[in-house]
Amino acid sequence: MSSTTPAVEMKDIVIRFPGVLANDHVNLTLRQGEIHALLGENGAGKSTLMNALAGLYKPVSGTTKVNGELVDFNSPKDAIAKGIGMVHQHFKLVPTHTVTENILLGMDEPRFLMNLKKYDEKILELEEQYGLYVDPAAKIWQLPVGAQQRVEILKTLYRGAEILIMDEPTAVLAPQEIDDLMVTMRSMTDQGKSIIFISHKLHEVIAVADRVTVLRKGIVTAHGKSLEGLTKRNLAQLMVGRDVVFSVEKEEREAGDVVLEMKDVYAKNNKGLPALQGISLRVHSGEILGIAGVGGNGQSELAETITGLRECEGLIEINGEEISNQPPIEAIARGVSHIPEDRTTVGSAPSLSITDNMIMKNYNQEPIGNGWSINFARAGEHAQKLKEKYNILAPNVRTPAGKLSGGNLQKLILAREISSYPRLMVAMQPTRGLDVGAIEAIQSLLLEQRQSGTAILLISEELDELLSLSDRIAVISDGKIVGAVLAEDADINEIGLMMTGGTDD
Amino acid sequence: MSTRLKVEKRVDVPSWLPLVTSIGSVVLAFIIGGIIFKIVGGKPFEAAKYFYQAVFGSWAVFSDTMVKATPLILVGVACAIAFKMRLWNIGAEGQFYAGAFGASLVVLIPIVPLETTPKFIVIGLMMLFGMIAGAIWGFIPGYLKAKYKVNEIITTLMLNYIIINWNNFWIFDKWSDRGFQMTATFDRVAWLPRLADYAKQIKAFAGVTLHLGVLFGIVAAAIVWWIFRYSRWGYEIKLIGDNPEAARYAGIDISKNIILVMAFSGALAGLAGMSEISGVVHRLQESISPGYGFTGIIVAWLAKLNPFVIIPVSVLFAGLIVAGRELQPAGLSFLLQGIILFMLISSDVLLRYKIRILRTDEEAA
Repeated sequence: MSSTTPAVEMKDIVIRFPGVLANDHVNLTLRQGEIHALLGENGAGKSTLMNALAGLYKPVSGTTKVNGELVDFNSPKDAIAKGIGMVHQHFKLVPTHTVTENILLGMDEPRFLMNLKKYDEKILELEEQYGLYVDPAAKIWQLPVGAQQRVEILKTLYRGAEILIMDEPTAVLAPQEIDDLMVTMRSMTDQGKSIIFISHKLHEVIAVADRVTVLRKGIVTAHGKSLEGLTKRNLAQLMVGRDVVFSVEKEEREAGDVVLEMKDVYAKNNKGLPALQGISLRVHSGEILGIAGVGGNGQSELAETITGLRECEGLIEINGEEISNQPPIEAIARGVSHIPEDRTTVGSAPSLSITDNMIMKNYNQEPIGNGWSINFARAGEHAQKLKEKYNILAPNVRTPAGKLSGGNLQKLILAREISSYPRLMVAMQPTRGLDVGAIEAIQSLLLEQRQSGTAILLISEELDELLSLSDRIAVISDGKIVGAVLAEDADINEIGLMMTGGTDD
Repeated sequence: MSTRLKVEKRVDVPSWLPLVTSIGSVVLAFIIGGIIFKIVGGKPFEAAKYFYQAVFGSWAVFSDTMVKATPLILVGVACAIAFKMRLWNIGAEGQFYAGAFGASLVVLIPIVPLETTPKFIVIGLMMLFGMIAGAIWGFIPGYLKAKYKVNEIITTLMLNYIIINWNNFWIFDKWSDRGFQMTATFDRVAWLPRLADYAKQIKAFAGVTLHLGVLFGIVAAAIVWWIFRYSRWGYEIKLIGDNPEAARYAGIDISKNIILVMAFSGALAGLAGMSEISGVVHRLQESISPGYGFTGIIVAWLAKLNPFVIIPVSVLFAGLIVAGRELQPAGLSFLLQGIILFMLISSDVLLRYKIRILRTDEEAA
């Protein structure tokens, strides 16, 4: 195999789903030892193409060559045999088993006796080689997300993968973990592996990839372009086919009265460990207070104590009325809306219709709620109106929410939360995992809310987003507010330093 | 030119499809049952005629079928409301017995003087006591689940045995009729009106055992249908059932609803018990239920938790129970039940997937 033979060469791949042409004569060339970014909006056909390469789907037409050899995969097993391994976005690990047990799962060896000690050592060697450190004897549930991902990568490496497909590997990671991952990716390519990196975070693509292929609605808009000289703006244009405004226009606005006041709030996380350790903050009407921080430093608990989903100690007031430790209905009644961190497990009911999901917060109020009954005709109209206003793409309002794409589901949640004219909006990672077009739409909706006088607590791990949207930014670390700055004179380096718990002096 | 089958996921399920597949599966089950009957040396067409005669042949036998269907409808609806919230109440059998016991109290204590109280008050009290007793038997596991997260499958199942033995204690010991494991026959004032009671006025009603309980079943189905379709409570139940996290986030009190739904479900199953002793057996005795509480679980699922569909499904199962007495060997009716279940469950595939016959040259296009 000469080094000029591409590791993977996919030509004229066509994949069709009922009513959709997911891949329309797509070409992709992965060179030996490179990191190749596959970029595209949600639904552009990235995952479809990669599932075909991993043997999960069969293309209608087109050819795939691996190391110059024509292949025809009928199952993931065939792809693994050719050295192709996929690191899925959603981990496929058994939580109660150890790292080693998870890696060995489904392998032919060991046959009967596990002899885990021996395999622990084998795996440690592999870890040393690529700098993927994780305790082989640890149980999966004990590991943070970043370490679990390393187990997924080790799993594919252990199976002898030469070509790794990484499906949005950074989506679940905290900033430092992302840096670690990038180092690992580099060390893997240095040792001859080739990587396809699926992402829609432009700065990551620029930071780590050698070349990029861009997909838009199933069509290739850039084939194996070198990243040298390309800017975020160029890439975004290739992705969405128009100019994208990166920093949304924010109008000047005087902040009004205090809407949310928190004083010395303490709360525990799900494991019973202290998560909030004396949080005090204020959010005014018509103001966006950004909360910056590395994931897992108390952000989820902060949002949950305010919305009544978690018990706490201390004082939380909305317009001077205490709501700490009251059931969620009390916060809702006082005009607190909540865009939850997890739109599928908390924010929506997947098998209920768009209408049913749209009325979750106002089903018991006139005009939708009517004594003991619900006026479903009115609910349908209400949902239809919001569906049109917020441009939610779905066949009709009877479509189950679970069938919506991530961006459309988030728009549904936003539509619902905004249509109640909230006084305070707690928005947790509102743009996470969305494509550029949807991010822009959601950010401008938040600014519109600010303009109309809503107090907004914006919790995000995207510093760019916080800087462009917020009026003030507070940094949370280890359950404490460790610093606060005005967004206009914020220094990104200083915030980064506070987030990681470091100080200048 | 060759063809091949292609299986595709359905994006949208047409509203008529579930009905067509359900009826199709029952028809297919009867065809398969007939083939098996033929193989073992029977005469399937004559058996089918006999089956029809035994279940729908005359008003008298059809009324028998409906009498058997009555408790199934009530218990099926009781299960449906709990299952809608993904609350696994498999204690309908126990709640049925609790209802029978509660209703019996009115007569056996007696709570009102039976000689002088009008019939509608006695019956009304029996309904009330039956429903309260059933509701208590549903409330206990509901409360334990809401407060202490005790698994309701275990508690509802165990409570079945407790109430059956509790009833046995009273009918063997305290209220035993001449040492038999049954109470004395209730005074006629405690009997639900039957069509046969009006045989003097309308000749055709002679010997027709259908009693007022069947109306309880139909009304209960209609009420629960309304709850699911139009009420705030029904919406809360659906939301909790689909995603409890989202329901909590929407401000719904989940604990309260667990207790309410379990008690309501128990009350309906309790009403089934009341209707059975007041309408059919007219006394409290051992084994008043041949497993109605468990058959009701199957009925609710087969009807896809739709209260109105529960009515025909109950009639079908009641028919199989009645036919089981007539057809020999009696096992045939169980065989049919099994095949119907199997067919209905498999037919679900058709709701989730579309099967298309493709010509292979079509694909290349």
